[in-house]
Amino acid sequence: MSRLEPVRRKLDLKAGRVDLSHGAGGRAMGRLIEDIFHEAFDNDWLRAGNDQSAFEVGAGRMVMTTDGYVVSPLFFPGGDIGKLAVNGTINDVAMAGAKPLYLSASFIIEEGFPFADLKRIAQSMGEASRAAGVPIITGDTKVVERGKADGVFVTTCGVGAVMAGLVLSSDRARPGDVVIVSGTMGDHGVAVMSKRENLEFETEILSDTAALHGLVADMVAACGPQLRVMRDPTRGGLAATLNELAHSSGVGFSIEESAIPIRAEVAAACEFLGLDPLNVANEGKLVAIVAPEAADALLAVMKAHPQGRDSAILGRAVEDENRFVEMRTAFGGGRIVDWLAGEQLPRIC
Amino acid sequence: MKYVDEYRDGALAQSIAETIKREARADRIYRLMEFCGGHTHAISRYGLEDLLPPSVRMIHGPGCPVCVLPMARIDLGILCARDPRITLCVYGDMMRVPGSQGSSFLKAKAEGADVRMVYSTLDAIKIAEKEPNREVVFFAIGFETTTPPTALAIRAAQKKGLKNFSVLCNHVLTPAAMTAILESGGEEGVLVEGFVGPAHVSTVIGTKPYEVFASHYRKPVVIAGFEPLDVAQAILMLIRQINDGRSEVENEYIRAVTREGNARAQAEVAEVFDLRDTFEWRGLGWLPDSALKLRGKYAEYDAETRFGLVAQPAKDNPACECGAILRGVKAPRECRLFGTVCTPDTPMGSCMVSPEGACSAHWTYGRFRERNAA
Amino acid sequence: MCLAIPVRIVEILPDDMAKVSLDGVVKTVSTALIEDPAVGDYVVLHVGYALTKIDPEEAERTLEMLAQAGVAA
Repeated sequence: MSRLEPVRRKLDLKAGRVDLSHGAGGRAMGRLIEDIFHEAFDNDWLRAGNDQSAFEVGAGRMVMTTDGYVVSPLFFPGGDIGKLAVNGTINDVAMAGAKPLYLSASFIIEEGFPFADLKRIAQSMGEASRAAGVPIITGDTKVVERGKADGVFVTTCGVGAVMAGLVLSSDRARPGDVVIVSGTMGDHGVAVMSKRENLEFETEILSDTAALHGLVADMVAACGPQLRVMRDPTRGGLAATLNELAHSSGVGFSIEESAIPIRAEVAAACEFLGLDPLNVANEGKLVAIVAPEAADALLAVMKAHPQGRDSAILGRAVEDENRFVEMRTAFGGGRIVDWLAGEQLPRIC
Repeated sequence: MKYVDEYRDGALAQSIAETIKREARADRIYRLMEFCGGHTHAISRYGLEDLLPPSVRMIHGPGCPVCVLPMARIDLGILCARDPRITLCVYGDMMRVPGSQGSSFLKAKAEGADVRMVYSTLDAIKIAEKEPNREVVFFAIGFETTTPPTALAIRAAQKKGLKNFSVLCNHVLTPAAMTAILESGGEEGVLVEGFVGPAHVSTVIGTKPYEVFASHYRKPVVIAGFEPLDVAQAILMLIRQINDGRSEVENEYIRAVTREGNARAQAEVAEVFDLRDTFEWRGLGWLPDSALKLRGKYAEYDAETRFGLVAQPAKDNPACECGAILRGVKAPRECRLFGTVCTPDTPMGSCMVSPEGACSAHWTYGRFRERNAA
Repeated sequence: MCLAIPVRIVEILPDDMAKVSLDGVVKTVSTALIEDPAVGDYVVLHVGYALTKIDPEEAERTLEMLAQAGVAA
């Protein structure tokens, strides 16, 4: 008698939905992982089908980072939660001046989530991962009951190798150091907000989600020893980042409002909602603090890179026991760029 | 941005600042109140006070509807939100304002209340249409600028035959508050010598209602546009009036404000709303004829009637000086709670929660100036 | 006072609504409070409602007044 081979049913990727069986560890979950994730990420590690993946490590220091992605809506102009997860994790590794090597991705999926959307997210992650040259080598999948997750939550881990001798840290800024930003502020936050319920507006603004490790590699090659710290101004925007760095380093900052690159449309969207672009999230930009003698050289290197075309010097670190981030407004007066208590909410007043 | 950028020009700002410095007499102080929270915000956001000579003192007025809303009314809103039948729609500004026992709409939402932040009453109406099984209550706040949109929402609800829409009305009136400031000024020894009048309230009510302050109280009023150059120009015009011994109502915001205001908006408001005999204002106490309620014929859209709501008296933290600060009698620094117990992270009172409040403005801007003066 | 911004009407919609634009950001708002809205008009927008039209001549006059203020008295 010949072996009975059950007909392998493919997932109904067009109309099917995730149900609790897909998280139970059995055949259904196996199919989900293969048809959606392995298909999208496509590499030897994943094809081996193990719960872990091994890799060689070189000599020297490594960095590891982890991140959770809960953005709503899941799909927004310029990207989606998947692309955000890949680029965001790569960036966290890159901010240490490290070459990103590998990523992991775990998914917590809400019962009822459409396969089509999950596939779209996975494909987007695969594309971002391949474009960046950083493979997703291990992952995990869980399914939770309806209402317990906002569609899908993605958690990642990233590892990378730091260049020898390079020490970047938030407490290394010194008075006189120069503050450089790699491009326009506020794009991502505005793009996401434009799709939020009760706030909708039409706009051409796209999220700026991007992997910055190429830009960082050029920056480190040119000015590694003079770099103090790099950080990507995500939640809380430029304001949060500068305040965090001021506090860690025990310095103040003095910046010029007119130097901050902002797209006209982003400025307009912020006007509509009464938001300050300095508090709005970015996902494809970095802030670098560098010793003054290397500032011009660093700026030139950044501007020469596609991810840094709109780079600009914003100001400098100053002696200040109050650790204020001061800004001279385009109007000519001064104000503090404050650290917000919570998410900035649109206002009517 | 047209009609925006031109009025933020730094070079023009410098030259107006020079003129103000020249014309402000050296032998006196000018005590000017910018009534509106929006102007307070503009002054701090653009650092306008850096351009003024020390003899020109800006007193931050109570024209911030979030700041003057008493805790008792916030508690009423939170009570509605906690009712499982009710979907409460609020403007973003209200989400973090503290009610009694440290509650807020944001916290109520975290506890499971159906609180939805909206940009416009149009959104609240849409929700009521889309969710006929929910009782949709719109928490209405604001001075005369924000009242016409609420009036139109109620009329729209009527036209569409919505049976599940109502408004919890906290609309207040500007001239009543300005009168209260001037009436209390003498007792507390604070003399506001001139007002920078509100921009957008005035597009609706016109400049006429301010004439009593010029003629009866002899205080100059200059209606100023929303942008920092508008405010700077208005300050210059006030200084000139004071120097000349004039007290007139002048209009700097001629591109959007007329003496009569917006007749259509006024008519819509008059159709739907009536004056309350009295209403509690945080910091100013109970003021007669200072706030609005829905007329009897619109009772079904009045959440207070519909749900039998009665505001319970609520006490502010005894050390909170929001009241005195709103009247321009005390400065934020004079409040014992400022900067220690009361910060933007942990606001005790409305002056700190609202970005337009005097304390929030001082936190953002004033601490910095203190540091420079030291 | 309240946050209001000058926006340009780019399309008239039925039921006293319109699309307005501020530097390419477009929102659908109500024009029920103003008379005869037309494409190209600038209006002051507050919480989703146009409150009044901006008078271009008066706007020009204001700019002149501002420029004058800087000139020696």
